[in-house]
Amino acid sequence: MASATPPAPGRSRRLSDRGLAVAFVSPALLLLLAMSVFPLLWALYLSFTDYSATRGGPARFVGFGNYTAILTSAQVHQRALTTLIYVVGAVTLQTVLGFAIAYLISRRTHGRGLLTTLFLVPMMLSPVVVGLFWRFMLDAQFGVINSILGSLGLGPVEWLTRQRTALISLIVVDTWQWTPFIMLIALAGLTAVPKYLYEAASIDRASEWFRFRTITLPLVWPLLLIAVLFRAIEAFRLFDLVYILTNGGPGVSTETLSFHVYKVAFLGFNTGTASAYGILMVLVVIVLTQLYLRYLNKLKEG
Amino acid sequence: MAVSVDEAVSTGPARHRTPPARRLGGRGRSVLEVALLTVLAVVMLFPVLWMIETSIKENRDVYAIPAEFFGFTVTMDHFKDVFVAPGGGRSDLSVAFLNSAVVAGASTLLATVLGVPAAWAYSRFAVKAKKDQLFFILSTRFMPPVVVVIPIFLMYRQVGLIDSKLGLILIYTAFNVPFTIWMMKGFVDEVPAEYEDAAMLDGYTRLQAFRRFTLPLLVPGIAATAVFALIFSWNEFVFAIFLTSSDSVRTAPPAIAGLIGGTTTDWGLVAAASVVFALPVLIFAYLVRKHLVAGVTLGAVRR
Repeated sequence: MASATPPAPGRSRRLSDRGLAVAFVSPALLLLLAMSVFPLLWALYLSFTDYSATRGGPARFVGFGNYTAILTSAQVHQRALTTLIYVVGAVTLQTVLGFAIAYLISRRTHGRGLLTTLFLVPMMLSPVVVGLFWRFMLDAQFGVINSILGSLGLGPVEWLTRQRTALISLIVVDTWQWTPFIMLIALAGLTAVPKYLYEAASIDRASEWFRFRTITLPLVWPLLLIAVLFRAIEAFRLFDLVYILTNGGPGVSTETLSFHVYKVAFLGFNTGTASAYGILMVLVVIVLTQLYLRYLNKLKEG
Repeated sequence: MAVSVDEAVSTGPARHRTPPARRLGGRGRSVLEVALLTVLAVVMLFPVLWMIETSIKENRDVYAIPAEFFGFTVTMDHFKDVFVAPGGGRSDLSVAFLNSAVVAGASTLLATVLGVPAAWAYSRFAVKAKKDQLFFILSTRFMPPVVVVIPIFLMYRQVGLIDSKLGLILIYTAFNVPFTIWMMKGFVDEVPAEYEDAAMLDGYTRLQAFRRFTLPLLVPGIAATAVFALIFSWNEFVFAIFLTSSDSVRTAPPAIAGLIGGTTTDWGLVAAASVVFALPVLIFAYLVRKHLVAGVTLGAVRR
């Protein structure tokens, strides 16, 4: 039968395969081109002009003026530092906590599913809900957090109205919401560690710490690194939580780069400058995404 | 000494068990671990419980100093206020919930219709520069929303999509398509291509083979992916607040955020609205709990 088939239909089938691939892939790609690439190219163009969304009028070409202004601005350096503190602080905290919780859960045999599900609740909530609710709980006067501190004999803390504590609050809230994410990924890694490795180690009378250091950690590490990178990308581009929780304040103490771009674009209406700013942020995200994918590929091969 | 001998004698097969001293240590450690887990669980869940509690408290209890944990009067007034306007009729919030449902539902449907075939094509065929295309697709998902929203805002203003549900549906679809493709590609990869080959030997065309043999096997995966897309669009805030302004179009996140500001905030109402808003998400998340790892990493990492 097969040998009786002439070669021509085979070729046409391959051709129709290609047609099918194009037909199936192109609508999705076209949408992404229209909604992501085109806007980004527009932003790239605007970044070289002094265009303002409210003033209107023609955009005047200013070359790299916007870029040099941003890269040399002390204000932007300040925002970059705030963002760095926030990203490093939050991601470190949630990694340590998330891994600890995952480790504790992985040692339980009963109720593992229920525990995991319960711990995941914060991650599923909208940043708006999370931000609003923490704002309520952190209120200096009637907030429940200060109430609890009071009953422990500690004085009230002005969480969101003092410069330093506001940034700490932001880190705490982000940690609360995203610790489950790290926990989930770490748990996936921990449960995937083959049991026989531990059995072999216990035959060799390896200590608990030794087993953790030489078996658990090396096997979970790649997955954990991916989770950390993913969180770093997300934290870097965070906007909604800042907007709801602190609105960048008090002063500019919680103004991250994302929030600053918003202010330049929608409060200052310096669309050109904001676009240049945005392009620079996109470059950072692309570098981070490259790293993310590189580790992902390594993980898939390994 | 005597005890351990006694035990060794009385329970014959217990020789393999760890000696009593270590077992006790193990139990002590286990108790400590359970205690730690409990404390962590309480800390993680407390805000959610507090939100629920606040939503059923009367206003004077909401602002009580020190905070009241038990023994308050339960009221459903806040939940009534979420749905019913003060003068009767539908409240702005209930309109916003409806808008959210429409926008999230439509964008999820569109993303599924566009994403699933694309994922199948990427999984089955040698597409040119496949890796680069997939990287590009993923990277659009990682763009800082506040950066993308600037040109989108200008673009929408130009074509009249500002403050329209269609505008939000389009941007959310674009937001969900990369996720759908990455997640679904994993599911398609798990279905052997041989099924389609066999079907084509039986005389079906490639498309028929996909529709009649592969697609039915993908249904659970499609459902899980769609639920994630639904959650993303339901929770989204940045595009919603910058691209819409009127009450008739606004989705729930900006509407709920709009409850604060002004001089006083009705925190009971905020809490009730948040509970109503979070409920579907929690139910959906529970439904897809098996796929959470893949879902939250855009399908890139599977368990």
